[in-house]
Amino acid sequence: MKKIIFIVAAIIVGAMVVGAVDSIRPFGEPGASPMDDYFIASALKDRSSENVVTSIVFDYRGFDTIGEAAVLFTALCAITALFREGRKKL
Amino acid sequence: MRPLSVVVRTGCDLFAWFLIVFGANVIIHGDVTPGGGFQGGAVAATFITLLLVAYGGKKVFSWVRPGIFNGMLIFGLMAFFLLGLMGFPNSFFYNFIAVPHEVVQATGHGVIPPSGTIALMDIAVGIEVAGALSIIVLSMFRGIRLFREGPMEEESGHDR
Repeated sequence: MKKIIFIVAAIIVGAMVVGAVDSIRPFGEPGASPMDDYFIASALKDRSSENVVTSIVFDYRGFDTIGEAAVLFTALCAITALFREGRKKL
Repeated sequence: MRPLSVVVRTGCDLFAWFLIVFGANVIIHGDVTPGGGFQGGAVAATFITLLLVAYGGKKVFSWVRPGIFNGMLIFGLMAFFLLGLMGFPNSFFYNFIAVPHEVVQATGHGVIPPSGTIALMDIAVGIEVAGALSIIVLSMFRGIRLFREGPMEEESGHDR
């Protein structure tokens, strides 16, 4: 009984995955791309930054990067608290 | 850990400084080439790892003071945050010293990179990441001996 349920569920999930993969847009043709076009067009023109990725990371989405810095700082605090020196010295 | 053999130490002497140079290169050219602050900082933090592996803990901890890396971390974070804050009449993280590309092509580069806060934030984040990963490596190395049983006088090495 368990095996039958498993087989039916696997077939259903497999059909859904195949359907989802089938409806993916082809590579290089996104559905809506005004944002990408704006970034690519104006990253070099306004900010004179040849690296579009860096201009997005540090300028257009700088608030996201400050979150990444906070993540790094939190990891640092956790690791130093975990490995802080006990009674034994170096 | 005891220092490893003379072959490893000579290799470390030869190649360790190139890690610093390559990391600084990746950080400073973050706005024109692939890479940036996080990647270059991680490359630069490999330097202290290589020193730890090759020379062992006693020598490295006699060479460096962890306060330096603390200072790098705080300086990088504060510079990053203040650079974001300085664009405030317009918005948070506004690029207030960027020069348009036509002006750069007409007049040439100045002292500050023409991409403005992008390059400066790259440098700040690079310094921060290098300091933070160095602190992580050093404190994890120091923490190894907290979880090991037995006497601690003899440092263990596996090379000789």
